[in-house]
Amino acid sequence: MSRARLVPAALAVAVVAAGCGAAQETPSGSNTDAGITIFNTEPENPLVPGNTTEVGGSRVLDAMFTGLVEYRAEDAQPVNAMAESIETTDSKVFTVKIKPGWTFHDGTPVTAKSFVDAWNWTAYGPNATQGASFFSQIEGFDEVHPDDPDGADGPQQAPTPAVKEMSGLKVDNDNQFTITLSEPFSVFPVTIGYEVFAPLPEAFFKDQKAFEAAPIGNGPFKFASRAVGTDIKLTRYDDYKGDDKPKFKDLTLKVYQSRESAYADLVANNLDFMEELPPNALAGKKYETDLGDRVVQRETLNMQTIAFPFYLPPYDNVELRRAISMAINREEITQRIFEGTRKPADGWVHPLMKGYKPGQCGDYCTFNEAKAKEAFAKSGYTGEIILLSNTDGGHQEWAEAVANSIKNTLGVEARFVPSTSFGEFRQKVNAHEMTGMYRAGWIADYPSIENWLTPLYRTGASSNDGLYSNPAFDAKLAEANRAPSEEKAIELYLEAERIMAPDVPTIPLWTQYTIAGKSDRLKVANLDPFRTLDLESVEVA
Amino acid sequence: MGRYVLRRLLQMVPVFLGTTFLIYVMVWAVPGDPFEGKCGERDCPESYVSAMRERFNLDDPLLVQYAKYLGNLLRGDFGLTSSGLQVSDRIAATFPVTLKLALVALVVEAVIGITAGVVSGLRNRGFLDSLVLVSTLFLISIPVFVTGYVVQLVFGLQLGLISPTVTSPTIGNLVVPGFVLASLSMAYVARLSRASISENRRADYVRTALAKGLPPRRVVGVHLLRNSLIPVITFLGTDLGAFLGGAIVTEGIFNVPGVGGLVFRSILTKDGAMVTGVVTVLVLVYLLMTLLVDLLYAVLDPRIRYD
Repeated sequence: MSRARLVPAALAVAVVAAGCGAAQETPSGSNTDAGITIFNTEPENPLVPGNTTEVGGSRVLDAMFTGLVEYRAEDAQPVNAMAESIETTDSKVFTVKIKPGWTFHDGTPVTAKSFVDAWNWTAYGPNATQGASFFSQIEGFDEVHPDDPDGADGPQQAPTPAVKEMSGLKVDNDNQFTITLSEPFSVFPVTIGYEVFAPLPEAFFKDQKAFEAAPIGNGPFKFASRAVGTDIKLTRYDDYKGDDKPKFKDLTLKVYQSRESAYADLVANNLDFMEELPPNALAGKKYETDLGDRVVQRETLNMQTIAFPFYLPPYDNVELRRAISMAINREEITQRIFEGTRKPADGWVHPLMKGYKPGQCGDYCTFNEAKAKEAFAKSGYTGEIILLSNTDGGHQEWAEAVANSIKNTLGVEARFVPSTSFGEFRQKVNAHEMTGMYRAGWIADYPSIENWLTPLYRTGASSNDGLYSNPAFDAKLAEANRAPSEEKAIELYLEAERIMAPDVPTIPLWTQYTIAGKSDRLKVANLDPFRTLDLESVEVA
Repeated sequence: MGRYVLRRLLQMVPVFLGTTFLIYVMVWAVPGDPFEGKCGERDCPESYVSAMRERFNLDDPLLVQYAKYLGNLLRGDFGLTSSGLQVSDRIAATFPVTLKLALVALVVEAVIGITAGVVSGLRNRGFLDSLVLVSTLFLISIPVFVTGYVVQLVFGLQLGLISPTVTSPTIGNLVVPGFVLASLSMAYVARLSRASISENRRADYVRTALAKGLPPRRVVGVHLLRNSLIPVITFLGTDLGAFLGGAIVTEGIFNVPGVGGLVFRSILTKDGAMVTGVVTVLVLVYLLMTLLVDLLYAVLDPRIRYD
């Protein structure tokens, strides 16, 4: 593109747009050659899509890779990106056609093999990736990823798998591959927009170390340079074939030592975008005076709940769970503690999901003093109620308010017991060592109703830490998974949610509005439902 | 002198072993699985956890783990972090930045602190003396993070005189954080040198020097100052060590990519290899700084001999 740099910016855009043959609208008055700087934290893992599940690395890889499907920023719905089509007749075998002509940043073509190889590598046990479990639905996963006989902490090693490739993945030709699942799963195509499903180029398999130092993707941005601990620089990939072409040139992801220092830079217009403002900016709505019309706000895909340890009496008592849920004044707490940046939840499915139905939790999620007392009397419990949470994520205030709300409504001793770190807290949750009900949160991995139910409430599911179990609910989920179409599946998932509701397996509290900020250089910058900057929307003045 | 230095260097060995062992134990043997919560709200796959346990020798008994770590360390291998980065590279990248910051702070501290101390020490109970006493009291009573945020807010955001954070760690950009970092110690240095000056002012050798007819400038500058600076040098020396390790708050506020921030973030993300590596280096720096300070004594006061 050295030629383009010589001609004026507007002309350069015209050349690029014409070259790609797309009828792309040129944003009027935008600086398409500008560079922007956004907030980031230091990636905790090597920069490989299958091995990155935390935000610092995801922000980098998200911009660099385009998967089969991507989630629309407006409503989180999956749309085909690299996939031409994903077809199935039985929700078990999926035929994926990919768009021809795409290339990685090193010029090599993206083929069906790029996906199959990448998925096999991520799922292969000895590669020890963080994202391996996302492939567990594919046939043959058990063979490439055998369980450790005595758990991860035990002295024995997991047996080395005999095969390196999942039997459920078959390359048909350069532009087509087939996925066979071990069980029918109707929403599978929705799940594969997550970044661990990204394709990997040949170069990765030849020299992994070199790839980690300078990743090669197929997305709208390519890697330029990295100064560990300071920043990662990306630049627009001009041969990008996707529809989400960026309207600016360089993207710098700057590592900040603290959110507070980043916020100071944002206020001073030294930083262009920050997704989540620090607590000192949110307190008393200070950001409104600091940023004015530079505040960016939207409802995002996370929900706060209180989970019950079903292995610990009295929390296995259904009447008690109902009483507690009805004793929490969600409306008042969201207004008083969060100043309206949270919205009371009325079910277990997030309102932004396709097919969401309001009021699925019914009376059980509505504050009602009389009914709460009545249920409490029926439960026969009179002892103390304990609420546990970690406090390192700003959870103390609301947890205390919830405990007070329960205490005042039911006239029972209710106490908040803090735990200092998220890690320590998670460890106790996983080991089933909770001494009371506890905070749980969920951020969707992929935008489907299914993701709000199966992993959390199905018997034995990966994140069903409270050990809730309801055979009727499990059966309905299985039925929904086998459903021939997405619409039918949604209907059945909603039925499952209604079956679960009277059990109150967890207490839905509220969903969240994320408050972000932009510099006055950015004309447009939107958040997507996953709490990150929608890069496609950014326009620089 | 040579024997003294050798003896001191040998003494460092047990200190080094003891401190690194304590750090190692504190980082890796604390209750709580270091890989818990690393994959977000969902659990890390077992294969990931066991691979990491293997990499950091967590399945061995503690003493064996430490011995292995020490063995690598003696060969100059600080190990890898969980993100696959060389710990030694990260130390090499961040240490010069913090060293620059610490030196800026040290210069600020020494120049302002000693000047204020000398001025007020020479004018006992005058206006300047009271001014120094009150202003140092003020500085001592404010924690560094308050000074930092106030400076950032007033000069960076409201007046717009400085950039609220450090964009690139050059000496010029580090002056403001250096000032903040030095503010507390500056007050101590001023008070320390004031006390020492006003005490030595009445000493026999000062009177003799004055009686010989030496100009007051020389009496103060050479005779008085040289003797009075001994306790101040001790303080400055150990303070440089403290700056190197304890700049966490200042580096956090002004976004300086130095050692402090590295340690802090590594603790938060439970990157044990990084924490032990950096703190081990800091222990060495501390040991060397105290040795340097002790040797400086002999330069300042020839009566002090190390044999």
